[in-house]
Formats: sequence, structure tokens, C-alpha cells
Amino acid sequence: MNVTRGFTGRPRVQNAALPPGQYDAGDDWPVLSAEVTPELTPAEWTFRVDGLVEEPRTWSWEQAHELPASVYEGDIHCVTSWSKFGVRFGGVSLDSFLDVVRPHGSATHAVAYSHTGYTTNLPLADLTGGRAWIAWEYGGEPLAPEHGGPARLLVPHLYFWKSAKWIAGLRILDRDEPGFWEQNGYHARGNPWEEQRYSGD
Amino acid sequence: MTDVTATDVTATDVTATGVPVTGVTATDVTVTDVTVTEAAVTETFAPSTRFAVPGRIAVSNRAAALWQTATITEIRRETPHAATFRFAVPAWAGHLPGQHLMLRLTARDGYVAQRHYSIASAPDDSGHIELTLDHVEGGEVSGWFHSVAEPGDTVEVRGPLSGFFAWPGDRPALLVSAGSGVVPLMSMVRHHRARGLDVPLRLLVSARSPEELIYAREYGAETTPVFTRSAPQGVAVGRMAAAHVASLLAERPPGGWEAYVCGSNGFAEHASRLLVAAGQPVDRIRIERFG
Repeated sequence: MNVTRGFTGRPRVQNAALPPGQYDAGDDWPVLSAEVTPELTPAEWTFRVDGLVEEPRTWSWEQAHELPASVYEGDIHCVTSWSKFGVRFGGVSLDSFLDVVRPHGSATHAVAYSHTGYTTNLPLADLTGGRAWIAWEYGGEPLAPEHGGPARLLVPHLYFWKSAKWIAGLRILDRDEPGFWEQNGYHARGNPWEEQRYSGD
Repeated sequence: MTDVTATDVTATDVTATGVPVTGVTATDVTVTDVTVTEAAVTETFAPSTRFAVPGRIAVSNRAAALWQTATITEIRRETPHAATFRFAVPAWAGHLPGQHLMLRLTARDGYVAQRHYSIASAPDDSGHIELTLDHVEGGEVSGWFHSVAEPGDTVEVRGPLSGFFAWPGDRPALLVSAGSGVVPLMSMVRHHRARGLDVPLRLLVSARSPEELIYAREYGAETTPVFTRSAPQGVAVGRMAAAHVASLLAERPPGGWEAYVCGSNGFAEHASRLLVAAGQPVDRIRIERFG
């Protein structure tokens, strides 16, 4: 252990919900997108799932809203070390979309992509079983453009760069294909509980 | 593939696992072996979308997994709220201007605080790097730097990280910042000077007042300061506006400008909208925001 002289840090809070190396950002919700925030209206927004699936499909805003509503209440964790507790997102479980397109048995991974061209890769297992959403509400209000509105992917059990803003689609694959930050040295999976920040962690 | 997107990249220059290379020294990994390859065609999935993320600047990730000891060698005050900290990092692997690092402090009981900071110094082979840190109210890390740190103290750093907001010095650079957002851009300005590069580089830097303008003594003809609260005699006071951006974009260097925007999210949204409205392509705007 490399102790820093005179460093005490914030008062210790025993918070079992705080992953290693993270701090509680409180009411802040930093915006860290690397590109210009797109002017994308709900009428222009679409969400497509294709690749290794039985029935590739594109949903419009209205069609996506016909699927059963689902809410995530819990925490989110950013690789830059902040965590935010007790957030509430509204949208549709990704399972509802995947049940329609039916991934092949050979499918193992997905690349999520945004209307900006941003990409991020995820194991299919992290996108199923009630652990991932297409979210368009935050705190009961429409999701703000700088936070990914009209709709973003939400995978709250992984670092938040996996929760692609302005989500446009998922390409289902039988291999892991690194996305935007993953090609920039970030970890392929990004599990905050194992502190998988960078490639090699 | 019609758009230049984040997928216009080469995956092959990323080390397969990022496993730290043992025996890395300052001499066998320097900035000169950072490969700059963009828009290489690969089989990586490329979505067809309306908007675009700029292509990536390929950098070596070999050093990113290693925590290294950094020893403070010098502290220089820049403004009432910001100071520059110079560190000796003997095995520093080199960086590109615009890259950042992760820094961590460890308390006696094992408590760790870590933050991302942009690198202020230009890449060189001195085995030293500089960070310029704002004193954030209540900030446990910046508070330690501004209240406790002295030359001789050690911290740990890991990096350099991320190739997205990097400038390799190979393309015209239009740099736009506010407050301490100027820090990674100053690395670019210093690199441009140190190497005597003839590719055009311009800096538009916003500060509340002349006293709050970080690196004020270092700017030259490439820089246009914008003051939002108080300004020297004869200089207008006001927010960065379309006219500031327009006069820079009017110059049309071969290959076009690559814009780098750094500041708070509010500033980044404002400045990137000004750039888009003035005709700068969205896929040539790189943004780094801090919360």
C-alpha cells in the first residue's frame, strides 16, 4: 500500500452498494459524451435488433411504447469513479424486444449502437434476464437529450459507458467485437464490482 | 460505410489484452512510437446512422494498466483557484497531447480516492508530466493537492488513457475551452510550439476574468481569450459567441479543422452548438466534459 502523506479523504461511509474505487456523486449527474449531442426527436428515433436473430425488426417510437412498460430503480456507476444512487428510469425491458426477434442459439454477444455512430459491446447474458432496458424516462420525466434522450440503452449493473445514449440498435453476434471505448483501451465487460475499468483489469 | 464514425477504426493496434509489458522504461516506449492510424477498414460492425462520432486516434494502451509512483517536484500557482503540479514519473510511457490519466491517493487505513485528470504538459522525454488542478470546493483529491501537497510527496498514476481526445499534431486544430478545460488543450499548444509544427492551431479560451485565465502568460498569436465577467481595458465582456467561432472557421486550412472542445457540460453543449451552427462537421468535433 502506497500511503499518501497527509491524505485522509472524505468521512468513511459504510456503503455496501458502493463498488470499489467509486464515490457517491449525490445529486450530480455528470455528462461525459464525447460527441455533439444530436437533435433527435421521438418521431425520428428508431430501434432495430438484427444480426443472429430469427426475425430482424425495427421499432418506431410508438411501436416501442406498445411493449410492456418496465422500470429500473437502483444505482448507476460511471468508470470515471462516480456512482449515483436511487435513480429511477422508465422504459421497456430489453427482454421484450429480444422475445420478438428471437436470437439464434449461437448468439453470444451484441454490439449496441447509437444514432451518433457510437458503439459498445456486451455479452448477451448481460442484456437478458431483466437486467437491461431501453429507457426514455428519468425521474418520471422524458430523458434529457444530453443524457441520451429520446431513448438510451440502460445496463445498470455494468459501468455506464455500456448504456449507449441515443440508442439506435443492437447487432446480435456470435463473438465479442470491441466498441468505441473498448477500442480506446476500456474493458470488454466493465463490471464495476470487479473494477473492470481498463483492458487488462 | 458513408459516414466517418467511431467504427472507422483499427482494432489491431489495441494490444489484445492490455497486459502490462514488463520492463517498460521511458526509453523503449516514447510518444514517437504512438501509431496514428485512422479510418482503417476492418470487419468491425459499422452502423449506418445520421450523425457521427469522430474517428479514433490510435494510441498504445500498453502502459494503461500499470500504477506508477509519481513524485511532486514543483508546484506553480496559475490563478487564485488553480495550480500546476509537476511530477517525476521515471517510467512514464509517453502520451499524446489531450490524453488523461487516472490518479489515486491512499489514506493510512487503505481508503482510496481516484480521479481522471488531463495532462497539461506536452509530451517529451524528460520523465516528468504536469497536471493543472482547480481547487474544487469540498474536493477530497484537489483539496489535498491545494492544502497539503509539497514537493517530495508521492501519489500514484495510471496512464496515459484514451485516444479519443488526443491530437497527434498531424491536422489543423481548433481548440475551444472554458475554465480548466484549457488544460488538455494547452498540452496541444505546447506540443505545437515545442515541435515547431506548421499545421495551423488556434485556441479560443474563455475565463471569468484575466485573473482567472490559466496560463495567461504563455499565450501567443494563436490564442483568443474571451472574458465573461471582467476584461482588460478595451476588451469586450461576454459569453463566447458565434462571431468568435466564425472568425476562426473562416480560415479554411487544407484538410479542414479538427475541433477539440473541453469544459463543463454546459459550456461543451454551448460551444459545440456554436461550431455546428457555423458549419463545422459533427464528425470533426471531439468533446471532453467534466461534471
